Amino acid sequence: MPLRTLRLGVTLLAVVVALALPFTLSNFRLFQFTQVFIYAISLLGLNILTGYNGQISLGHGAFYAVGAYTTAIMLDKWNVPYGWTIPVAGLLCLVAGFLFGIPALRLEGLYLALATFALALAVPQILKYFENWTGGSQGIVLSKPTAPWGLRVNPDQWLYFLTLAVLLLLFVLATNLLAGRTGRAIVAIRDNPIAAQAMGVNTALYKSLTFGVSAGYVGVAGALSALAVAYVAPDAFNVFLSITFLTGIVIGGLASIWGAIFGALFIQFIPNWAQDISKAAPWAIYGIFLIGFMYAMPRGIAGAIRLLTARAWRPRAEPSGAAPGSPR
Amino acid sequence: MRTRGILCVLALALGVAAATLPLAAETIGVTATEIKIGNTNPYSGPASAYGTIGKVIGAYFKKVNDEGGVNGRKVNYISYDDAYTPPKAVEMVRKLVEQDQVAALFQTLGTPTNTAIHKYVNQQKVPHLFVATGATKWNDPQHFPWTMGWQPNYQTEGRIYAQYILKNFPDAKIGILYQNDDYGKDYRKGLHDGLGEANAKKMIVMEQTYEVTDPTIDSQIVNLKNSGANVFFNVTIPKFAVQAIKKAHDIGWKPTHFLNNVSSSLATVLKPAGLEASRGLITALYMKEITDPQWKNDKGYQDWVAFMKKYYSEGALDDQGNAFGYTVAQAMTLVLKQCGNDLSRENILRQAESLKNVELPLLLPGIKVNTSQTDHAPIEQEQLAKFDGERWATFGELYDAAKK
Repeated sequence: MPLRTLRLGVTLLAVVVALALPFTLSNFRLFQFTQVFIYAISLLGLNILTGYNGQISLGHGAFYAVGAYTTAIMLDKWNVPYGWTIPVAGLLCLVAGFLFGIPALRLEGLYLALATFALALAVPQILKYFENWTGGSQGIVLSKPTAPWGLRVNPDQWLYFLTLAVLLLLFVLATNLLAGRTGRAIVAIRDNPIAAQAMGVNTALYKSLTFGVSAGYVGVAGALSALAVAYVAPDAFNVFLSITFLTGIVIGGLASIWGAIFGALFIQFIPNWAQDISKAAPWAIYGIFLIGFMYAMPRGIAGAIRLLTARAWRPRAEPSGAAPGSPR
Repeated sequence: MRTRGILCVLALALGVAAATLPLAAETIGVTATEIKIGNTNPYSGPASAYGTIGKVIGAYFKKVNDEGGVNGRKVNYISYDDAYTPPKAVEMVRKLVEQDQVAALFQTLGTPTNTAIHKYVNQQKVPHLFVATGATKWNDPQHFPWTMGWQPNYQTEGRIYAQYILKNFPDAKIGILYQNDDYGKDYRKGLHDGLGEANAKKMIVMEQTYEVTDPTIDSQIVNLKNSGANVFFNVTIPKFAVQAIKKAHDIGWKPTHFLNNVSSSLATVLKPAGLEASRGLITALYMKEITDPQWKNDKGYQDWVAFMKKYYSEGALDDQGNAFGYTVAQAMTLVLKQCGNDLSRENILRQAESLKNVELPLLLPGIKVNTSQTDHAPIEQEQLAKFDGERWATFGELYDAAKK
């Protein structure tokens, strides 16, 4: 069986399992998995920027917040149907990210990380400032959306399916974006910006656009989180959220589409497990997990899986005689 | 004969099983030997200093269990970290309600976190008792019958000061310093409401704010002094309260200085600011300030110290949070005791709603806990106290917000 067929098979299996979950799990577990999908969308967004394009951001929590508040304000002030708020949140963040990406062009590596960090620090306070719109530190309470078209699923199941659908759509889009010319240009800029420019890639435009797309993804995730939690408040979008996202993509696997799912599973469930193991020092346990993962899988979970499958397939692909010099 | 005996036993067993099964199925979170109580607290994140409240409550329930539990049942207290973020609070509370199946939620901490779960717990009809926040919205039994507050809210306290000012300083020129968030604004609103619109306009000469992230508030104090204010309403958390008291003293500004209850600790505020500089401060209290020497020989205080040493030795003896958690856990234990054998959610709520003139060892003498179906604000009394350079000396009558 060629690797490609296997990959397709695993993907299909994952989708089938995901579709079956709502009918086997409790509503609480579904809510957790909905959060995993939401995290996965934002991790994918951040991964496009950091993993593929090499720009480090410590401020994507800010775009998550903008997405969440866009949805909340549209629902609360104008009674817009919630379905419309998701693309609007995504577009708004795309534009905001693109605009932020332009001045960020002058900043490389750690300097960009610091600039985006400032964004993460500023946003909760800015949200408190525009109290008429955002409800200040009290936040905005929303109602959970119910299933349309008379579907016989409860709100938790409906949110799960909605999030899953958005996730799949955005994954397909990202795969297509990264597989083609654009993707090669994005990666080339990461690997060697001068060479990329010499090849005729407009690095400035591509970098800003990548920033925009990345922010747009995170904005969509923020919008979905506002619907799932049914409440937004500045305290939900502190600096720690941005750092959690970065942790997620590194653990999941940089420059890997699937890495986003693994990373999301990690940032959703490992803190809870750490708390179950030790009430006294959950964050120390979390730290041990983090170090353990990085030690065992330096290229993230997706990287480790890639390595394992490659190893398992190579012997069959090669002629039976061992390559000269390789130990047997 | 033998078969008949077996049949008899079987029938009896079935009868017993039938009699107990529906009861066990109806009472969520309760078995013959335990009662599950759920809680969330910020054990990590920006507000983790409050986490000690969640821990001291656990220690208190351990003491209750060591002494035989409540009506023979052990309290199984499950407390999760919400890091003070609303999404995590929603997740953890759903875990408590849907997976752990607790009988009641108790002392979930924080205004944003409780706001996030407010609707949900009332839809699920889970008792949401004695929440740890000073916001006013928890006392709304008509719309949120399952939620109940605990401490006097900030607006009430603001009104107490307003009343005192109107009575004793009718010509006051008031300067306010408050933290720019819901906590600060609640106090400010209480003072404004208490003064009345006309008086507020006339008497308040300046309002200054600060952000919780500011390094200092020195310039605000200088501005307030220059405004000519002779009454200072100081709505700050401990770190800034110390700065404000010191700065006012250093620049020779001597207003009548009202300090909010949030910062009334001798150990963390008045001593660092200087006892001499703190002389004459006025605050409103409902609990015994545990670092105040006047309670050294008080039985309630000594019992608390003994409890702390035995069950929570890593907890600080100068942290009022540890006295706060101890006291509210006593109230919860009382509610569970009153429930007797009926620990259904309905009855837990009913018993929480029928506390009459309950006095607790670390509440100020005279302060009583009262609740009813229409009153979901357990503590509504406070007393003014003036710092005499050594201790908080209470004076005047008990103020009761319920009588307004």
